[in-house]
Amino acid sequence: MQHGKYRFIVGFLTVPLGLYALFVIWPFIQSIYYSFTDWTGLSPDFSMVGFDNYERMLDDDIFWKSLQHSLLFALLLPVVTIGLALFLSFMINVGGRRRRGGPVISGVRGSAFYKIVYFFPQVLSIAIVALLFAFAYNPDSGAINSVLRAVGLDDVQPLWLGDPDLALWAVMGVLVWSTVGFFVVLFSAGMASIPADLYEAALLDGANRVTTFFRVTLPLLWDTVQSGWVYMGILALGAESFAVVQIMTTGPGGPDYSTTVMVLYVYQKAFRDGQAAYATTIGVALLVVTLAFAAVVMKLGRRERLEY
Amino acid sequence: MKTTEPPAPVPAESGVTVTKAAVLSGEPVREKREGTVLNVFSHGILVVWAIMVVMPLVWAVMTSFKDDASIFGSPWSLPDTLHFDNWSRAWTQAHMSDYFLNTVLVVGGSLVGTLVLGSMAAYVLARFDFPGNRFIYYLFIGGMGFPVMLALVPLFYVVNNMGLLNTIHGLILVYIAYSLPFTVFFLTAFFRTLPSSVAEAAFVDGASHTRTFFQIMLPMAKPGLISVGIFNFLGQWNQYMLPTVLNTDEDKHVLTQGLVQLAVSQGYKGDWSGLFAGLVMAMLPVLAAYIVFQRQVVQGLTAGALK
Repeated sequence: MQHGKYRFIVGFLTVPLGLYALFVIWPFIQSIYYSFTDWTGLSPDFSMVGFDNYERMLDDDIFWKSLQHSLLFALLLPVVTIGLALFLSFMINVGGRRRRGGPVISGVRGSAFYKIVYFFPQVLSIAIVALLFAFAYNPDSGAINSVLRAVGLDDVQPLWLGDPDLALWAVMGVLVWSTVGFFVVLFSAGMASIPADLYEAALLDGANRVTTFFRVTLPLLWDTVQSGWVYMGILALGAESFAVVQIMTTGPGGPDYSTTVMVLYVYQKAFRDGQAAYATTIGVALLVVTLAFAAVVMKLGRRERLEY
Repeated sequence: MKTTEPPAPVPAESGVTVTKAAVLSGEPVREKREGTVLNVFSHGILVVWAIMVVMPLVWAVMTSFKDDASIFGSPWSLPDTLHFDNWSRAWTQAHMSDYFLNTVLVVGGSLVGTLVLGSMAAYVLARFDFPGNRFIYYLFIGGMGFPVMLALVPLFYVVNNMGLLNTIHGLILVYIAYSLPFTVFFLTAFFRTLPSSVAEAAFVDGASHTRTFFQIMLPMAKPGLISVGIFNFLGQWNQYMLPTVLNTDEDKHVLTQGLVQLAVSQGYKGDWSGLFAGLVMAMLPVLAAYIVFQRQVVQGLTAGALK
């Protein structure tokens, strides 16, 4: 297969690689370079300023707030989302009533239905979900507070997105709502491939279902959980949190910067305030946080691979 | 028992049978009860979450048929009459039709481009040995974990200098570039699983590499292309961050941007029912497509995380 091999390789790689280099790699390299300049983005002139932007960043209270919120997103969102998804998928796959002659462990009736419904938010744009919930959270005419009124909780009428202490949690709730279904489906597929005799053996040995979950299901599912964790963390640091915070909270960034996240702060500095160089500096910080997050999860989660 | 009662011939044995019977009959009862309690409990939890997922969507559909007064007065009441005028107002006056068309053009172009270019690169990387193969592969998949926003600041100026800012074809090229990492990653793994004997046979018969690829390998890779195609379709259709930065001209807006823009401007105009009609209009085609192609969509979206 040597004939014309290199010509073919070059011919097939040039366009994709060129496009990728021009629109992805080149801007990445540039942005690290720009973080050492005083470029405004408005004029083509700039000069090198060394670590000035980085020093400024360390003194910037809003930066620290955005970092704090981004870290909270990256740490808490995967825990809540994956925890809830594991619980729900365990219920779907193991919560079934035992039928005569059937296996010891069985899924609930209608498990396919639950999985279809839970997956709905995953196919919707996060921007549309964010808009929908921005209205649902409306204190006077929103869906949520009027449900609270309907069940007699007239005194519990939070301002949700208008309350600096609550806005961030309200935003995070939307991300949980929209991503849980994806993980339920993912984990269900994993659980379905665990052989039933492992469960039977555990139950015969006197293990209850909670023990079974922690000793059998979770270890065998660990690889999927771990990659899901990294995936969710990257989303929570990047595009998803940008959309929800930018669309849902006032400012955007919330009352008193209470919901601002790093990715939004980069956007505002570059395209609202005309401080492109400073924006790339915060972007570099975001890159460091993302890589550190992935490294920590991979390291902490490393276990011996279980074969079954 | 032994001390009070007269010695029975086989007390020990009967004792054993009792415990045996307890094991045989009692345990399953406990197990069965536990099973039933768990079953009720798990159904309860599952139903609650299903309601929490569906209710916001139902609320949006209901609201899109109501007039503004009843949207604010009683958010959960059924519409008195079906106000279809909300929908036609959103479609024409609020430019939903334009946003739809723009989105179809952008996603159509970039989906085809992503699949063609992605499979070309993936095929070469999966099937040919050459210096730099591994380097290029990792260059591509490295793009999956990096925060896109970092590149977006200089990218804006790159695109601007090329005269591609606020153009449909510029947006298509950028969508393709940012879809390549996952596409190459996924399809490289897929091409590796295909048998090489067919391609070799075709090559021996005198087909060129290019012809072998388009006529033999691509048809064989169809399942992989469908999975990654669905993944990219949803990602590109739902894309919000890239157009927000690179496509600021209102006439070129895609659906997601158009709706957000509409929400901001409705704050002044007060046409909330029209806005909800727009929201539902944007949601329904994707939800309908999902329900029809349910299995393929789930496979396409979860395939990446399972690898």
